[in-house]
Amino acid sequence: MEPLLKIKDLVTRFYTEDGVVHAVNGISYQMDASETLGVVGESGCGKSVHALSIMRLITSPPGKIEGGEILFDGRDLLKLTSNEMRHIRGAEIAMVFQDPMTSLNPVFTVGFQISEALMLHRAMNKKEAREQAGELLTLVGIPAARQRLDDYPHQFSGGMRQRAMIAMALSCDPKLLIADEPTTALDVTIQAQIVNLVKRLQEDLGMAVMWITHDLGVVAELARNINVMYAGYIVERGNVKQIYKYPSHPYTNGLLGSLPRLNEAPGTKLVSIPGLPPDLVALPRGCPFAARCTYVVDQCIEEMPPLQKIGAQEHYVACWRWEDVRRRAA
Amino acid sequence: MGTEKKPLVQVRQLKKYFPIYRGAVIQRHVGDIKAVDGVTFDIFQGETLGLVGETGSGKTTVGRTILYLYEPTDGSIIFDGVDLVTLKENELRKVRARMQMIFQDPYASLNPRMTVGSIVSAPMEVHGLLKGKERSRRVDELLEMVGLNPEFVNRYPHEFSGGQRQRIGIARALALNPDLVVCDEPISSLDVSIQAQVVNLLEELQNMLGLTYLFIAHDLSMVRHISDRMAVMYLGKIVELADRDEIYLRPLHPYTQALMSAVPVPDPELAESRRRIILEGDIPSPANPPPGCNFNTRCPFVKDICIQAEPEFIEIQPNHWAACHFAGDFIHT
Repeated sequence: MEPLLKIKDLVTRFYTEDGVVHAVNGISYQMDASETLGVVGESGCGKSVHALSIMRLITSPPGKIEGGEILFDGRDLLKLTSNEMRHIRGAEIAMVFQDPMTSLNPVFTVGFQISEALMLHRAMNKKEAREQAGELLTLVGIPAARQRLDDYPHQFSGGMRQRAMIAMALSCDPKLLIADEPTTALDVTIQAQIVNLVKRLQEDLGMAVMWITHDLGVVAELARNINVMYAGYIVERGNVKQIYKYPSHPYTNGLLGSLPRLNEAPGTKLVSIPGLPPDLVALPRGCPFAARCTYVVDQCIEEMPPLQKIGAQEHYVACWRWEDVRRRAA
Repeated sequence: MGTEKKPLVQVRQLKKYFPIYRGAVIQRHVGDIKAVDGVTFDIFQGETLGLVGETGSGKTTVGRTILYLYEPTDGSIIFDGVDLVTLKENELRKVRARMQMIFQDPYASLNPRMTVGSIVSAPMEVHGLLKGKERSRRVDELLEMVGLNPEFVNRYPHEFSGGQRQRIGIARALALNPDLVVCDEPISSLDVSIQAQVVNLLEELQNMLGLTYLFIAHDLSMVRHISDRMAVMYLGKIVELADRDEIYLRPLHPYTQALMSAVPVPDPELAESRRRIILEGDIPSPANPPPGCNFNTRCPFVKDICIQAEPEFIEIQPNHWAACHFAGDFIHT
């Protein structure tokens, strides 16, 4: 089966006064039609920029997609005209953003904002669109949805706003839903509600979901596959269970070690990763993680390791010493 | 922990209401935001008490009121045997030197126009401690203690990363050799790998200096990691308080149970097998909390009595407190 999304050597850079920011540095992967992919990394690792590149929402200047291919359903999104792209955005690939307050327009009602997309992409008239908007709000679990169509965003709570954003994203039956840190601004009990909702919707509607987050816990709850990103590279990729059990990149291993476990013994010390992520304006020549890595050898400083398949399972790692990392982690 | 625990802070029936006014010219007092609505707990010498709760549960207000940054509406705060409510302004100032705070946002809590040196020495300046050479020696010592190079004293906050700024904030909090440090979400604005660095530092400093922490956060797994005991807040009240393992293994309040089960665990196999309690709805407004037990609008076990009567916060088992009419029923489940 053809993958739904296939990214090849994507490079996105920003030309700023302080120099060229190497945000995404040649990443390649693919996603199947009903896959849930977790994209994990810290601030500045390029996870959001890569998603915005897929949507072609990089502001230019200063940003520029400098190379690569983004094949979606067989078409290269980077070769489409902006008019063609507009038909993809919202209709085939939808995105939910982190902050539900700033991504909803405060001066329009929630109902109008949802029906707007329906009128635009599905050529519905006002009445049909309103009817459908009510159904969508019910679908995402807003009580008495029809009465709340005329509410403004400020009358909704944070969790409800995020539900409304999801309703809007689902309005045109997208094939791919990109959720960029959708629960970071929410409390844990509300986060659990949203995670549950997206899982349920995915099962019912059969779409692919890309969930971008820094929270390895959330990924464990909902994703089948994971991309771990660092300084604009995918450093490890594969099945979630496989990677959490046998992390083979020192960064993934470090991230998992820096999280407290709910079943840890008292007095356990967290394993922290020393140092800071590199400056994306002046990336080192070799592996960007070398400066913080305890496994570092000369080769790491000289040469960036390729993302290579290890073992029989779908598991890819970009590390020269993955065998040692994996052995020690296991 | 020794067998004999001495409370450093005793909080009794603490209330903090923020008044709501209406009217442009003549302001009428129309109600109160009951941010903290009668909480009682102790913080023992040398321990870390974790305070968790969702946005709007009043956990930050508790922290700030203990430091007397807010004047309490009612109740008392006994710090090392002295009730802060009875103190005069200048007496209070002396006690305040013994309790310090670490803030959430390392970008907003450091003055961008002050050098690191002047930020860290500011508390000594205010309290008139150490002069000239001695003071700068102390600043160097503090910076070293939090893992920063003392040569950075003349740099400005913008030259540092988030994690390093948080270290500057910690050095400032330690400048006066405090007994109590209130850490208000000190790691929630940091990246995961940096969070562990800061948490490890806080633990080292506690061992080295015998500090007592009130650690406020919404990240349950991190609070559980650092705390000896944990208190869970909901809508201005503490609903449960117990040892960290006890509260995790045997939560007696339905809200704690839901909260614990909502924490995502970084283990896909465990995540699959775990039973999760998904709460309906949102936290109600603290201006108009529901009658009876304030959790009754979201509680999966709600009965008539929960709407009629407010449950008392009582010791259900030794050192395990909870405020639920049916907490006793959960002991063996």
